[in-house]
Amino acid sequence: MCSRFRIEAGLLLLLPLAACQPPQTPMPGVGPPVAGAPLVRTSALVPGVDREILPRDPRALAYYDNPQAVVDGKRLFQQFNCSGCHSNGGGGMGPDLMDGTWIYGSRLEQIHQTLVEGRPNGMPSWADKIPDPQLWELAAYVRSMSLPRTLAAQNGPTPSQTPAPVPRAVDQDPGWSPSPDTSNDYGTTIVGPQ
Amino acid sequence: MIRPTVALLLLLCPALHAQTVPPGVPAGEVFTPEQIGHALAAPTPQAGRTAPSAVNAPADDGQWTMPSKNYASTRFSTQTELTPENVKGLVPLFSFSLGVNKGQEAAPIIADNTLYVVTAYPNYVYALDLTKPGAPLKWRFAPNPLPASQGVACCDVVNRGGTVSNGKYIFNTLDGQTIALDVKSGRPLWRTRLGNIHVGETLTMAPLVAKGRVYIGNSGGELGVRGWIAALDEQSGKLLWRAWNTGPDADVLIGPAFHPFYAMDRGKDLGVSSWPPDAWKIGGGNVWGWITYDAELDTLYHGTGNPGPWNAQQRPGDNKWTAGIFARDPATGAARWFYQFSPHDQHDYDGINEQLLLDLPFGGSMRKVLIHLDRNGYVYVIDRKTGQVLSADPYGPVNSSRGVDLQSGRLEVNPDKETKMDQEVKDICPTASGSKDWNPSSFSPQTGLLYIPHENICMDWLNLQVSYIEGTPYVGANVHMKPGPGGHRGELTAWDPVNRRKAWVVDENFPIWSGTVATAGGLVFYGTMDGWFKAVDARTGQALWRYKVDSGVISQPVSYRGVDGHQYIAMLSGVGGWSGAVVSGPVDTRDGSAALGFVNVMADLPKYTTPGGTLYVFALPH
Repeated sequence: MCSRFRIEAGLLLLLPLAACQPPQTPMPGVGPPVAGAPLVRTSALVPGVDREILPRDPRALAYYDNPQAVVDGKRLFQQFNCSGCHSNGGGGMGPDLMDGTWIYGSRLEQIHQTLVEGRPNGMPSWADKIPDPQLWELAAYVRSMSLPRTLAAQNGPTPSQTPAPVPRAVDQDPGWSPSPDTSNDYGTTIVGPQ
Repeated sequence: MIRPTVALLLLLCPALHAQTVPPGVPAGEVFTPEQIGHALAAPTPQAGRTAPSAVNAPADDGQWTMPSKNYASTRFSTQTELTPENVKGLVPLFSFSLGVNKGQEAAPIIADNTLYVVTAYPNYVYALDLTKPGAPLKWRFAPNPLPASQGVACCDVVNRGGTVSNGKYIFNTLDGQTIALDVKSGRPLWRTRLGNIHVGETLTMAPLVAKGRVYIGNSGGELGVRGWIAALDEQSGKLLWRAWNTGPDADVLIGPAFHPFYAMDRGKDLGVSSWPPDAWKIGGGNVWGWITYDAELDTLYHGTGNPGPWNAQQRPGDNKWTAGIFARDPATGAARWFYQFSPHDQHDYDGINEQLLLDLPFGGSMRKVLIHLDRNGYVYVIDRKTGQVLSADPYGPVNSSRGVDLQSGRLEVNPDKETKMDQEVKDICPTASGSKDWNPSSFSPQTGLLYIPHENICMDWLNLQVSYIEGTPYVGANVHMKPGPGGHRGELTAWDPVNRRKAWVVDENFPIWSGTVATAGGLVFYGTMDGWFKAVDARTGQALWRYKVDSGVISQPVSYRGVDGHQYIAMLSGVGGWSGAVVSGPVDTRDGSAALGFVNVMADLPKYTTPGGTLYVFALPH
């Protein structure tokens, strides 16, 4: 794990440099990339690049394997009305978060990115609205919702009440599709009325 | 003895658990109609025949130009070709894909041999030429509403339809616009932005047009949006007036002409004083359902939605003017009377359901009444001149209240079913979406019966403390719905409003979320959430015909006379809405609290139907 992290950290240093080439004709209202800001990809497709070497955001590390982060995230999820749209993970006004399907990626930095930026079909942007450490805790709680351990703790029709900490191991693969150890079998087969 | 086995099964089969529905609430948990139904006088059916006035329901021209058919909102077609004898031969003549697989709640509109329909977001409008085989497209229009509006729509991205008036098709968009299209060209004549998605406001209701004015109301009761009704000039789209449903009298357009019947609705600035400080500014009372114009009394009637947040412990007081009904001057918006169905609503009982304007025998004489089927479970018969409640009877299972006190006008809330923060209150009936939600009833003057499409659902409710963040949900409750007594979740009830009783009831497995249409041939049409479109005998409820469409039905069926003189039935498939979000949205059935608690009682719907969106037109082969 350590050597792997060093590789990724190395890439992190390289990638922003590559992106720092100033554009020939700057677009109005679009500033240059901020030096040192980590790149977070939200597409699995990177032309010519194997997805195994996608960079990791070192800021995310503290929120993996962190039991307090998911508990705090659960409180914040209510406090900032995330639950109003996503319920207790099952969705409603917004999509469900507990089925192991990730449009923008399952890593904490990718979930964090969604919280910061928002998404065009109705997800608000929370940049400058919620302090950054709390956004990471929210990301950890959202990631925890589809963990087998969190799902196994469900007792009755209100899930995600006992969130398991997010093991660093589950996000070794950046995972736009559920990997074997994080998927659950929901949704693959629905049997009709008997 | 059974319980451990069931528990073991659930442990072994989590997937099964996720797609099953809890058992029905025991019958003994709810009151009988005799216990809680009240009227000011005994039935006097001999005093006259129940019917809309000719002013509010003019002679049927075979068209269907507004969702409610006429101002009386009878949704009754005088076409007689289809009868209980021949309806078994009804076949689909053509269908048309709407290109949108979200909940389709609109009524097809028929004017000048053209059929108009507006879809759920992104609110495409289609005009089809009914004079040619296969009804080819005349034009279509894409209003391009802001995609972010999807994120502030509480209950799927629905639209309840448009209306045709003076050469215009007028409809709303999810992102807060009212648009008038030229029916000939499909080009916009005007577009007026009334709603602001940044505060959580959307438009989902069907505009009402009367005497050169377009009436619109906002949605957003689950996001702390302050409710209003507005009038636009039909020619220009210019705002004529806007009345808020909370706040100071000046905002509510309450003035010297305001004469509510009951003392509980009288007093200065009740829209402020019946709330904690400033809570009225984020208190809901939206107008997302039906607005009715009374051409006889030149009066506008509209319900008001639930107060926000759902957690009633955060807003002590009666929370005026939410969960009630206003009568207003259509020219100025000035309030004439108000009646509050659910003061200090604790159960999300919006007052926005349809109003039928009828002349009805009561207390020995004919009275001009408004009949309203409220979410709180009662059929209200209201004198529409004064706002006095003449009778209030349950049409579905009720235990959240013990009837309506007809002296004070006040709903008698059952203290056992008041919602709490420290305790989940079980088996509250009816559920948050009510004994019936927005989907409208019809009335046949031939049978004197109302055909009420409704739900048989109850719920468990836990209040949660919630903070207001502009543009985000302001709910504060964990709700889990469950079937009502009997275990079936829907009912089509034929209601006799004079004798205050059910004539017949058809049980349905799923809640009925479609409207009904009654025809002079003696039929009632409605659709089910598992995708059956059905005809029953208006006198007996006997099932006569059904056809399986491509997706569940939550729209408003209509009946019209074609260019060839034959009778046609038009409807939309496309499941969704609050009750159908479990199919139309990305929702996980393992979370019973999902979709504001509806998923708990609809977890099996994905076994029966898939998202869709298609216009169907039916006729006898000819």
